[in-house]
Amino acid sequence: MLRLPPYTYHRPRTVREAVELLAEHGTEAMPIAGGTDLVPNMKHRLFTPTHLVAVGGIPGLGGIDLRALDDGGWELSIGAAETLASVAESTAVRQHLPALAKAAAHIAGPQHRNRGTIGGNLCLDTRCTYYNQTEFWREALGYCLKKDGSVCHVTRVGAKCVAAHSADTPPVLMTVDARVELEGPEGRRTLPVRELFVADGIWNSQRASDEIINRVLIRIPGPEEALGPIRSGYAKLRQRDSIDFPLLTVAVSARFDPEGRVRQLSGMVTGLGSRPRELTRWEELATGEPLTDEVLEALSERAGRQCTPLENHIVDPEWRKAMVPVITRRALADLTAPAHAS
Amino acid sequence: MAEKAQSDFTIVGTRQRKVDGLAKAMGRARYTDDIALPDMLHGKILRSPHPHARILSIDTSAAEALEGVHAVVTGREMAVPYGVIPWTPDEYPLCVDRVRYIGDGVAAVAAIDEDTANEALRRIRVEYEELPPVFDPFEALESKGGDDAPYLHEPRKPGWNGNITKVVKLEFGDLEEGFRGSDVIVEHDFLFEGTTHAPIEPHCAIGLWEADPPGRHEGVAFSEGSGGPGDTEAILRRSRGMEPKDQSDRGDLDGEGQLPPPAGQLTVWSSTQVPHYLHRELSRVLGLDPARVRVIQPPVGGAFGGKSEPFDLEFCVGLLAMKAGRPVKILYTREEVFYSHRGRHPFHMKYRVGATRDGRLTAVDAHTVLDGGAYASFGLVTTYYSGQLLTAPYQMPAYRFDSTRVYTNKPACGPKRGHGSVQPRFAFEVQLDRIAHELRIDPIELRRRNFMGSDTRTVNELRVTSNGFLECLDAVEEASGWRERFRTLPFGRGLGVAGSTYISGTNYPIYPNDMPQSAVQIQIDRSGRVAVFSGASEIGQGTDSMVAYLAAEELGVPLEYVRVMAGDTDFTPVDLGAYSSRVTFMLGNACLEAARKLKAKVREAVADHWECPAGQVLLAGGWALHAPDTGRKMPIREAFVLAESRFGTLGAVGSYNTPKDVHGDYRGGTIGASPAYSFTAHVAEVDVDVETGQVRVDRIWVAHDCGRALNPVLVEGQMEGSAYMGFGEAIMEEQVYKDADHGRAGLHNAPSLLDYRIPTSLDTPELTSLIVESIDPEGPYGAKEAGEGPLHPAIPAIANAIFDAVGVRIDRLPFSPPRVWRALEDARAGGELAKPAAPNDIRTKSEL
Repeated sequence: MLRLPPYTYHRPRTVREAVELLAEHGTEAMPIAGGTDLVPNMKHRLFTPTHLVAVGGIPGLGGIDLRALDDGGWELSIGAAETLASVAESTAVRQHLPALAKAAAHIAGPQHRNRGTIGGNLCLDTRCTYYNQTEFWREALGYCLKKDGSVCHVTRVGAKCVAAHSADTPPVLMTVDARVELEGPEGRRTLPVRELFVADGIWNSQRASDEIINRVLIRIPGPEEALGPIRSGYAKLRQRDSIDFPLLTVAVSARFDPEGRVRQLSGMVTGLGSRPRELTRWEELATGEPLTDEVLEALSERAGRQCTPLENHIVDPEWRKAMVPVITRRALADLTAPAHAS
Repeated sequence: MAEKAQSDFTIVGTRQRKVDGLAKAMGRARYTDDIALPDMLHGKILRSPHPHARILSIDTSAAEALEGVHAVVTGREMAVPYGVIPWTPDEYPLCVDRVRYIGDGVAAVAAIDEDTANEALRRIRVEYEELPPVFDPFEALESKGGDDAPYLHEPRKPGWNGNITKVVKLEFGDLEEGFRGSDVIVEHDFLFEGTTHAPIEPHCAIGLWEADPPGRHEGVAFSEGSGGPGDTEAILRRSRGMEPKDQSDRGDLDGEGQLPPPAGQLTVWSSTQVPHYLHRELSRVLGLDPARVRVIQPPVGGAFGGKSEPFDLEFCVGLLAMKAGRPVKILYTREEVFYSHRGRHPFHMKYRVGATRDGRLTAVDAHTVLDGGAYASFGLVTTYYSGQLLTAPYQMPAYRFDSTRVYTNKPACGPKRGHGSVQPRFAFEVQLDRIAHELRIDPIELRRRNFMGSDTRTVNELRVTSNGFLECLDAVEEASGWRERFRTLPFGRGLGVAGSTYISGTNYPIYPNDMPQSAVQIQIDRSGRVAVFSGASEIGQGTDSMVAYLAAEELGVPLEYVRVMAGDTDFTPVDLGAYSSRVTFMLGNACLEAARKLKAKVREAVADHWECPAGQVLLAGGWALHAPDTGRKMPIREAFVLAESRFGTLGAVGSYNTPKDVHGDYRGGTIGASPAYSFTAHVAEVDVDVETGQVRVDRIWVAHDCGRALNPVLVEGQMEGSAYMGFGEAIMEEQVYKDADHGRAGLHNAPSLLDYRIPTSLDTPELTSLIVESIDPEGPYGAKEAGEGPLHPAIPAIANAIFDAVGVRIDRLPFSPPRVWRALEDARAGGELAKPAAPNDIRTKSEL
């Protein structure tokens, strides 16, 4: 069996305490929730923290709540330590943001979802065929830019790591302008999920290493809102119906007028580069239009032209590129699916 | 040997639990890694980071100096070449002077815990001189040797290519005449990418050395300061001088003076499927008296052929335990399981097949290059099997095959479920589908027309007895709604059919001898208990259960009275192992022989008591009964008391050896020979996503002629498991390696169960098992194999179903989404993406 490197396991009772432990031990410490990402990575010696700060059991990090806002809307607040299974099964999530429930339900396998958390999914390390391997394998390779080496075996040029952002839930959260509440030594701050990620495969997050994600906050429009409700869609490409990380994930959201014409449309794609990518210039194709087959085709085709998958996965990038429009269209189809009418 | 009708059976043929099922389901089974001995150390193996290199030096001093390290071994201490096939001994437990793939074992350590052992590995300094590697089998074939492209192994004769393990060319019938008389000839290239077994239990072994007290034996006994357990030099001296005299090709080390073997007893627990071969090789390589080596095989968590030869860890735990004087355990990491491999060979195949206008086969010509990886393993047999096992269930007037196995700098390939014949079956059954399509004949009908019949010989002279292949075809045709649905499902959905055959054990053991292939010993006593000592290897397939059913059936006891003790070379008779689907047929017959000897005694004793002829005494269901008047009966326990009183302690042995007149007498004619053959037909139903290339296999109907289903539950389990495994190989599995443009050539592409994708339960088709019973004249109660045969047609049936769905042929495995998508795109561009034309004559059964 692969062995974990030795570490001290801390069980803080409050977020404050957790943050202090992280600050105290600096780069030697990492937060751990479900451990489904970190533990294998530690076994592969991608991370060797000597202090693990367990955040899963902190009471303040749980709960999925819906609270009324002053402007007539609602805020869906999901504690970062809520498991992916509970997000997938939450009535509030399924009702107000079904694409998020769908994305959570598509992550890994049932056991992983019972352990892994929504906060952990937002912190998922980027992945690459040359990186997520054992120490022996990486040594035989000669290591790589992201860890212990100086060469990127994907691009073979440049000094930029292109390991793939491979989390399923962030793109959904980005399309609905969700925010995360972070807590660090300097206190709390909130950040749009859209701004959480940066295009650097080595560390692709704006989260500082001594910060913890407290909650995910999603604004749900109220019934009186002029723009109408938000609809969401999600589609994932993978080879097996369980376990696999996305080869490609597309999340979309839209608001329609009463006649079914698009008022707002947003799309994110991930599984390609180091951060989710916004699908741009969609409004000019769709605004004021119903989502007819022609419009869907045009949107999908435009999405396809914006994406260039790399060989950071073991699966053929040319096929993955060809799949961008296909998966985009399938995500868009969610927006008009009858099941969504509620 | 089928002496009863089904109605006479009380256990055989009924749905029974596995005797070990509850223990496994409830977590009570103790696998090798569950065993912890007092003072046990943990071992680890240092592996080569290079695909091909000379070992210039190994410095283990820093590892030995580390606190907590108790022993370190290198290849030179076990420099006895071995190989599971005695004609091709081309590997060492640890590499001696050369490494041949990334992951090849170089040194091993034993320490107080795994972390210390890993740290010790980091402190071993190996100086390598890298050599040019070769990964492509065709390049390896063309190599001329020399410094620029050194052969992987020394040529066996001067002027030969040292990259070739084996060439087999055999021809039967008149090929030219066959093709001349053909109305249709198809010829295509196929590639079956290699796959691995992926057993859920990684390989694990524990060594225990119990040294004799000083002076007990004439051999050098262990004592402090003169070769005690910790005296590395003494063991090293011994082990270097331990080569048996009959080993002519014993590598390149100079032998030193022959020293007597160390005196003591070695016990190795291992998750092996061949305890007997392991026993032999441990004794030979470590230079120990075989009478003082014991191999124990605890329950095995899956093997599939991947544990059917000795592995480095088994020798290492032995020698490390001898050196450390403490037991040593080694458990492979999942990554090491991928490197040890011995999985299905990549086959590069060209199949030329001819037929007459009415669909009768005229000639088959096959050319195959087997990419063997770094060592021979079972490769000699694989090379023969690649051709020898294709000749049933269809009649072929003329057949030629030309197969060459080559070495490449990758983990060695070997046997995986359906050894050597799954790959050619894929190519051949697709060619049959092509011929059927070209002739507009229903592919099931085409297979019927070529059926060879029972009690016959194949073109390569293999004797075939019972043959239920037609019934298999009927069963899948009926169950799948074939006649209404083939070629008529909507575009994107399709049905495909394929057939196959497989052996019920190989007629000859892998080392020549005249001893039985399989044996059991049974003891019964006054308690009613039946103890079966079985040499066979329970690897989850149900061999312990199988002998329990047979013993209970013959001796008339309830199943719960039978205890099966298996997998321990110290107290079970020799069985050659769980491979080539040999166990039910061979062990079953051995068990019947032993049980019947005891049964005769029990009946005689009861008959005396009742003063009736012994032939009137029945033993069944926990009773001895008087046949003419079954109201007259006694509990079986009393019957055993009568027998024990009359004959003394009751024990009997039974054994099985194969008939020797079942094959041709040409060179290689014995390979592929089996006392009986199983037959299978599949129909697969697929749904092709024409946008993504993803193929969903919705259903597979599996009909299998197993002779007789001794327990239908286990037969269905084997049929489902086989179809599942074949489905996985068809759709997603591939053991492949990086190339120079992708990181590093020869590096395993994905040595983990995350990236080496085996199907999850959500991906798995609905599997329908349809048992066909042909009642074999020589099988135990008529039984034949069921563990490997049912895998074969899965792959070509899926390939043929894809063609039915979208009109596209893909001759390269796996049918992964990118590959299928490309094929679809090509067909779309060529305007060929459409439902293929229907045959002219989908015939109903009554018309045949």
